[in-house]
Amino acid sequence: MSRLKLLVCQIAVAVVMLGLWQLLATVPVFGRMLLPPFFFSNPVDVGSQIVDWFASGVIWKHLLITLWESILAFAIGSLGGVMVGFWFARQPRVAAVFDPYVKMANALPRVVLAPIFTLWLGLGIWSKVALGVTLVFFIVFFNVYQGVKEVSATLRDNGRMLGMSERQLLRHVYWPSALSWMFSSLHTSVGFAVVGAVVGEYLGSAAGLGYLIQQAEGVFDVAGVFAGMFVLSAFVILIDLAVTVVERRLLVWRPGAADGRG
Amino acid sequence: MDTAKPAAVVLEDATVAFRLADARVYTAVERAALRIEHGEFVAIVGPTGCGKSTLLNVAAGLLKPVSGAVRIFDSALTGLNREAGYLFQADALFPWKTALDNVAIGLEVSGVARAEALARAQGWLASVGLGAFGGRYPHMLSGGQRKRVGLAQVLIRDPRILLMDEPFGPLDAQTRQIMGNLLLELWSADRKAVLFVTHDLEEAIALADRVVIMSAGPSARIIGDWRVPLARPRDIMEVRLEKEFHALHREIWSVLKDEVLKGYAQASQAAEGAA
Repeated sequence: MSRLKLLVCQIAVAVVMLGLWQLLATVPVFGRMLLPPFFFSNPVDVGSQIVDWFASGVIWKHLLITLWESILAFAIGSLGGVMVGFWFARQPRVAAVFDPYVKMANALPRVVLAPIFTLWLGLGIWSKVALGVTLVFFIVFFNVYQGVKEVSATLRDNGRMLGMSERQLLRHVYWPSALSWMFSSLHTSVGFAVVGAVVGEYLGSAAGLGYLIQQAEGVFDVAGVFAGMFVLSAFVILIDLAVTVVERRLLVWRPGAADGRG
Repeated sequence: MDTAKPAAVVLEDATVAFRLADARVYTAVERAALRIEHGEFVAIVGPTGCGKSTLLNVAAGLLKPVSGAVRIFDSALTGLNREAGYLFQADALFPWKTALDNVAIGLEVSGVARAEALARAQGWLASVGLGAFGGRYPHMLSGGQRKRVGLAQVLIRDPRILLMDEPFGPLDAQTRQIMGNLLLELWSADRKAVLFVTHDLEEAIALADRVVIMSAGPSARIIGDWRVPLARPRDIMEVRLEKEFHALHREIWSVLKDEVLKGYAQASQAAEGAA
């Protein structure tokens, strides 16, 4: 399929879906709405709500808050994950001792931590950041741990034969390998940072996209809920695009990375 | 050979054994005695899985023999062999470094300023015929080009001993010959001691001053040692047409053949046992 044809098909899907939604929510079939407006709203209302948000400018504040929370959650979670992952991989005994606790902590659905974080850190951004950190940390941690452990014996031996000291091995062999694993999980970890932020906001906050959706839901404003969802999707897609750009820069040395992810 | 100079590598009855997962002890190499003179090119040939690479790792100091000794230029080897450069069988270039950085790294870690290291690395890349490829990452290079970079990476540190573990194994026949000639050309410039492991007898004879044959493992031993009477400089492709080449090949092969068959039988038995 050519690019143009593909694009046309993709747009056609959106048009058909939105058209059906609008039709079924506004035109009665055999005397009854298949999509009752109270539960499903309709695309025109949702669209005008979105336009309204951007026109009045209220959305920017919420977007900025969510973005800031996501960035903080990602940065802190990644930093922690890299350091602990590196430490565990280089100290198998420490890793063995902590292993059951790491598994336990990772098995816990992180949402249940949200009330605790709210109690500890209040309704501001930090309780959301903390929730995001618990999600991001484990992804980065496991990847870095794996990355350091799976450095091939040949590369390590080659480094040693080329005269590298233990510290130089860390810097030139283990570190790049760990980072490459971390970067390969960049899409997932950034996604989870956003999830942490939005879920945290949804469960109790005064600003952010999650808050916006929760507020609309609280007054049965279905158009507002859908509008919030669409803005959130677009937001995540934009962040993901940014991640792809960063990834291409950082992983030029990787086969396939330069050609993009399709 | 100049007997006043100490030998580059001496293995004195080196035995190498590993403890297996089920606590049995596997003896890979038994009482290997080998002496490589300064500037001598020695090839080790043996059937698959006979412990050739093990022997090389012992000379590199990556493995310690359970008994026997390793002497490098007349001093006992403890820890890594700092006199040796090692060209591995598998790809050992750092994939996150460009070809140029890969070659320069050996100088950089020994404290040479980066600018100077890069300049010298560029020179080495040029001498392995890859002057224009410095900016490429390993995955952008062909298998043969990667081996050239690997060769430059090892040689830039100017080791007095060169250890090579089937370095041209994965390459196609033509590329192997070209790489062989390149190796001989670089080697003849300053005649390092070379320990070259291969399973290809023809390659061994074409390259080396001496060909050493190992028996099939486990408990592989050195069972033969031939001097190659061919004159240098040699051309890998042409030397194979000479009479002495064929005579020596026939002679060594008569010994090696049995071991190859033995090694093959053992490998297939082990595979059946595992299955």
